[in-house]
Amino acid sequence: MSYWSWETFMDALPIIITGLNVTLGLTVASFLLALAAGFVWLILESTPVKAFNFIVYWIREFIRSTPPIVQIFFLYFAWPMVPYVGTSFTPFVAAMLALGIHFSTYISEVYRSGIDSVDKGQWEAATALNFSVKDKWLTIVLPQAIPPTVPMLGNYLIILFKEVPLAATIGVVGILSIARSYGAQTWSYLEPLTIVALLFLMLSYPSALLVRALEKKMNRRFDKKKMKVKVTE
Amino acid sequence: MFETGWNILNFLTQGLGTTLSIFLTATVFSFLMAFIAGLTRLSGNILIRGAAAVYVEVFRGTSLIVQLFWLYYAVPMLFNINLGSNWWVGVVAIALNYGAYMSEVVRTSVISVDKGQTEASIALNLSRFQRMRDVILPQALRLMLPEFGNYSIQILKGTALVSLIGLTDILYFGDIYRSTNLSEGPLAYLMVLIMYFIIALPLIWLSKKGEKIARRGVAS
Repeated sequence: MSYWSWETFMDALPIIITGLNVTLGLTVASFLLALAAGFVWLILESTPVKAFNFIVYWIREFIRSTPPIVQIFFLYFAWPMVPYVGTSFTPFVAAMLALGIHFSTYISEVYRSGIDSVDKGQWEAATALNFSVKDKWLTIVLPQAIPPTVPMLGNYLIILFKEVPLAATIGVVGILSIARSYGAQTWSYLEPLTIVALLFLMLSYPSALLVRALEKKMNRRFDKKKMKVKVTE
Repeated sequence: MFETGWNILNFLTQGLGTTLSIFLTATVFSFLMAFIAGLTRLSGNILIRGAAAVYVEVFRGTSLIVQLFWLYYAVPMLFNINLGSNWWVGVVAIALNYGAYMSEVVRTSVISVDKGQTEASIALNLSRFQRMRDVILPQALRLMLPEFGNYSIQILKGTALVSLIGLTDILYFGDIYRSTNLSEGPLAYLMVLIMYFIIALPLIWLSKKGEKIARRGVAS
């Protein structure tokens, strides 16, 4: 067809940018859901009933290792057909639930790794000092468990952001969806899709750099080997 | 219900070939890209290193679905070339995307091999190539295994997107089934998910195995 045209580019840019609200809104909404649901997995997998934990673990593994796009389709197209419980969701809500739950399965693992990273001695010391369960968690464990997870959570936020355009397939009008309909109307897909790619790059790359910087900072703070080196210096 | 479930599963197997062939080919090419990009990012030549870095950051910074559409709609317009079939478009998009992610695994694993190993091989007068092939890579590979296992599951999940560019994979047949039997929609998609999960099971097992191998103590 045609080659690159700056005219089309400038024409499509303001139209596509209007979709950024929805794309970013869906990212934030899904991420908040994932943060909350991540805790739910953690709790459900550490009940005293081993068999129950085992089942929950495999449900989580199931959600985690199957394609999010199928989960989005399930919630949007099929959920209203589920007998008794089914109600229909708007595209935005369906995408938010699917992506939020999908990513919560990863987030719960991040939480777990944070808690596991707290030295055993800390738990023992808290017990020895007769801390209550609440105090043990709030003043000893969580203040040490949360900071190292922040870069990991940031990474997942960026990954989630890049999964959000999947919602275009069920008609959430984010940047990808607008770019596609622009292409369908004018028969020039090249410029609008390039704009979408550029927008993603411009938003995710600086965020990735930020997360990497944060990671380095955390490593400095929490890497005991490096701490020792510093002390001897 | 079980009978319908079984029927749906049978119906979906029509798409199994496409999903598996794309998955396997894309995995092979992802590994290839990962090693090429990961190792060239460690090159001494700043131009080569820079080019690899640009590739990795661009493909990691944009999402797979955008890249897929870009290759499908935009590349033929821009360069007036055809990537052949949609099958190849799918494979190339997935391979470039996950190759970029996995190249970081290669790079960080190579870096994390102890410096003494490099120094020792220099002292033993090994060439750069020998040093990489005989000393560094065998140790780095072990560290890459668990991540590679995880990414193979990600690649499998990524293949579900190819139904969007008209390929007849598992999800495509799931959609067909749902649109002709609307009331069985939930079961249809559940079966699609189960089918992906069955394919993923050996990969989950492999990545757990990889984790064990990577954790096994070696003299360091």
